[in-house]
Formats: sequence, structure tokens, C-alpha cells
Amino acid sequence: MEYLKLIGIAIIILGFAFKLDTIAVVIVSAVATALVAGISVPDLLTLLGKSFIENRVVSLFFLTLPMIGVIERHGLKEAAVNAIQKLKNLTPGRILNLYLLIREVACAFGITLSGQVQFVRPLISPMVQAAASVHEKLTSKQVDLIKGRSAAVDNFGNFYAQNLFVASGGVLLMASTMKSLGHAIEPTSIVLYSIPMAIITLVITSLYNIHFDRQFNLKGNQKSEANHD
Amino acid sequence: MTNFITNFLEVFYVLIGLIMLFAGIESFRDKENPARIGTGLFWVILAVIFAGGRLLPYPVIGGLILLLGVLSLLKQIKPGNIKGIDEKIAETSAKRLGGWIFMPSVVLAILSIVIAQFTPLGGQIGIGISSVVALITAVWMTKSSAKTAYHDSERMVRSMGTAGILPQLLAMLGAVFTASGVGELTAKAISGVFPVGNHLLGVVLYCLAMAIFTMIMGNGFAAFAVITAGIGIPFVVAQGGSPVVVAAIGMTSGYCGTLMTPMAANFNSLPVALMEMKDNMGVIKQQAPIALTLLVIQIFLMYFLAF
Repeated sequence: MEYLKLIGIAIIILGFAFKLDTIAVVIVSAVATALVAGISVPDLLTLLGKSFIENRVVSLFFLTLPMIGVIERHGLKEAAVNAIQKLKNLTPGRILNLYLLIREVACAFGITLSGQVQFVRPLISPMVQAAASVHEKLTSKQVDLIKGRSAAVDNFGNFYAQNLFVASGGVLLMASTMKSLGHAIEPTSIVLYSIPMAIITLVITSLYNIHFDRQFNLKGNQKSEANHD
Repeated sequence: MTNFITNFLEVFYVLIGLIMLFAGIESFRDKENPARIGTGLFWVILAVIFAGGRLLPYPVIGGLILLLGVLSLLKQIKPGNIKGIDEKIAETSAKRLGGWIFMPSVVLAILSIVIAQFTPLGGQIGIGISSVVALITAVWMTKSSAKTAYHDSERMVRSMGTAGILPQLLAMLGAVFTASGVGELTAKAISGVFPVGNHLLGVVLYCLAMAIFTMIMGNGFAAFAVITAGIGIPFVVAQGGSPVVVAAIGMTSGYCGTLMTPMAANFNSLPVALMEMKDNMGVIKQQAPIALTLLVIQIFLMYFLAF
């Protein structure tokens, strides 16, 4: 039964889908695949050790952690918050677009703060809610839409710009995996070919956010002015 | 030159081992963590593997990796009690430095590209050298002491936890799959259904598989290791597709899946909980239209750039 070798793929898919311990799932998948493929136990240990050592380059991003730690202690988050707070008096869509741009540029320089916890919840979502409710109180459904959209914009920026940074985990993983598969590629060329999607995401999400402004009464029409009186 | 680069890289692996050792020592000292022994062992074992990788025999390293798996399975690795940062220091420092606080990050990103492009040392050495230069810049600008830099390092590593080592373990898994012939087998199985050789069909198959498997697993990195070996290589790269285009756009096709799945809890469920949203799927609903649009664009982009 040659197809038994696919057991490792099944273990990975089910293990991740059922949220089992990820480290153990990956190791069990590797062990099961090798054993089913007829690799002996001593050879299996050699294979694991060799594959892990040869892929140490994937963890090269650990070297960037001390620097990030030092600047985090000295106000990285505060400086970013100050910059974002200058985005007052804009429409909801424009606040979201500028945040997206800031997020993408920061990612390109390897600054990946935990966006949802540090920016979206305390800063972006409240700012967008304030901008959307200048002329008319928001319904609870609109508030939920804004929260969802703010979180979504953070994810778009984070996902499509993180590969612009040459020492990011994703870029190093791609380079190392492709090398193991016999098609070595340079991390810098991965960065180059990640640029188109970062720009396309920026453009498409910007249009999406400009369209978002139509959900709210931003001009203060007759009806809302009557309400204010 | 290649030999020199390999030896030079070893220096940086020793440095990584040192940072992991810091995390190990502080995990052992964290009395309030019920799993402090296991957590400390986890980081010390990794420190040994990184720093001593060239000296230890492969089977020993393989055994140590199995031990890491057992520690993780028995729930003996926990972040524990990590000291946060002093907000007062952060605020006064932010006032003094302003936007200059971003300087070390800019140094890191630009210097690593410059070294990769304009010296024969290559991208990996570039990352290593520029990380060290960026750290020195940061320490100098913030007037930090060695002791606080030590604590900043261990804090970052410990708060990243086991997630930090996952990409390397997945790369290891990819190598084990290759050695066991899994890639050839999936290729054979799929080629029974879809013909190999049609460029557009291969690209569609690979990008869709990346997105769908990422949705099921909730992790784009894991999908990349499996799907690139099984579909990306035989159906696109072996047909003449450029490996770098396939990797770069294949990975982001996976991210389209991440945007549409409740399995990616960190990105799609965490905000729902943080902001007390009424609609559990509220984030995914905002993301799905963009994710699908981007997926279609990426299929065409890969097709035109790779061939």
C-alpha cells in the first residue's frame, strides 16, 4: 500500500483542524511518514536531525528579536499610536486606508506589532466609529460592521506586506522549503515578487474602503439635521 | 566562498542559541510557572541544537527533537509569567526619540537588502549582520544597559513561545516528505484526475489547493510545505514555471484561505472576542469579497509571471 505514505498529510490536516498541540502534530506526522516509507528508526533520527539542522535558516528571524525588544521598551508602540492619532477629522474610509498604508510600510520594515490587540481594538475601531457618527448615531449593526472592517483591514495589510521583509518567517520558510525541494531561491528575490500583491492589495482594499463610506451619513443631510434640532 | 558563508552563518546560529539560552534561564527562574522545568528545558534544548548543530551527530539531534515533541504533548511548555514593559519609560522615551524610534528597524531592512544585492555574502548573512548592527543602533539610541537588553531578548523569545519554532519544524517536515517520496505520490494521485502539462490548469490547481488547505488547517505555512511539494513542484515548477514566483504567490494564495476560515483564530476570532462583536463571523464576512478577488488576481499573476 504505497498510498499509506500520505498518512503524514492526513495527520497534519486533522491535527491542525482539531487544534491539537501543533509542535507534537508536526513531529508525529514526520515520524509516521518516514516509518511508513520503510525508513528504519536510526535512519529516521538521522533524517529528523539533518532536516532540522539544514533548515535552521528559517529561524534566522530570532536574531531580530532583541532589537525589537529594546525599541518596544522605549516607546515603539507609543510612537506608532502618536502617528495614527494624527488621522483625526477624516472619513471612515480614509482612516482605514491610511492605517492600511502605515501597516504595510511597517511590515516592510519588519515591524509586526500585534495589530488587533495594540491598534485595532483601542485605536482604529473607535476612531472609525467616531468619524462615522459625526451626523447620525450609529445603529448597533453599523458598529459591528465597523469593528469587522477595522479588523479585516489590519489582516489585509499584515498578510500581504509581511513578505516584503527579507528576514520574515514566511520568506525564510519559502526559501528553505524550496531548497529542500531542489529549487533553491534567494530570499531577496521572494521579496521582489511579493511587491505586486502588496500594491494590488493596497489598491483594491482602498477602493473597498472608499465604498464603505456610503454606509454612513457623512454629509449631514436633511433628515439628520432635523434630528439634531 | 560558499564554504566561508556556511561557516559565517554558524556564528549567527550560535548567537540565536545564546538568545534561546537566555529564555531558558529565565523560564527556569520563573517560580510561578507550574511548567517551568519543561519550558526551561525546551529553550535550552533548542539553544544546544542551534549553537552546537555542527558538532552534534544527527541522530542525537533527531532524538532531542522527539523530546521537544513529548514536552509539548504533555503540556510542559507554557509562556509563564513574563514581565511586561514599564509604560513610564516607554512614554518618556517616546517623547524624547519621537519617530527616531523606528530607525533601528529601517537600518535592519535596508542594510540586509544592501548586503544581499551589493556584496557576495548573500541574503542570509545580510540578515545576520544587519540584525546585529540594528541591535547596536537600538541600544545606543535608547542608552540601554546590557542587563535590560538581556531582559528584552528573553521577554521577546518567551512571549513568542513554541509558535516561533513552528516554521522551522514545518520546513523539516517538508524535507521528510521529500525523502519519503510523498510529493511524487500526491503528484501521481492528482495527475490521475488532472492532466499534467497544462500551465493554466496547474496554476489554478496549486493556488486553489493552497487556499483550500489553508482554510482547513488554519495555517498557511503548514499548507505551503505540503501543497508545494505535492502540487506546486510537479504541476507548475516542473512544467517550466519560475520557482520564486510560484513560492511568493503560492504563499499569499494560502493567505486568501486564512482570511476566510474560522480555523485561523488569531486573526478572525480574536478580534470578535476583543471587540465584543455580535456577529461571530463578522470579520470573515468583511474579508471574503477581497480574499476571493485577490485569489483570482493571483492565479492570473502567477500564470503570467511564472511562464
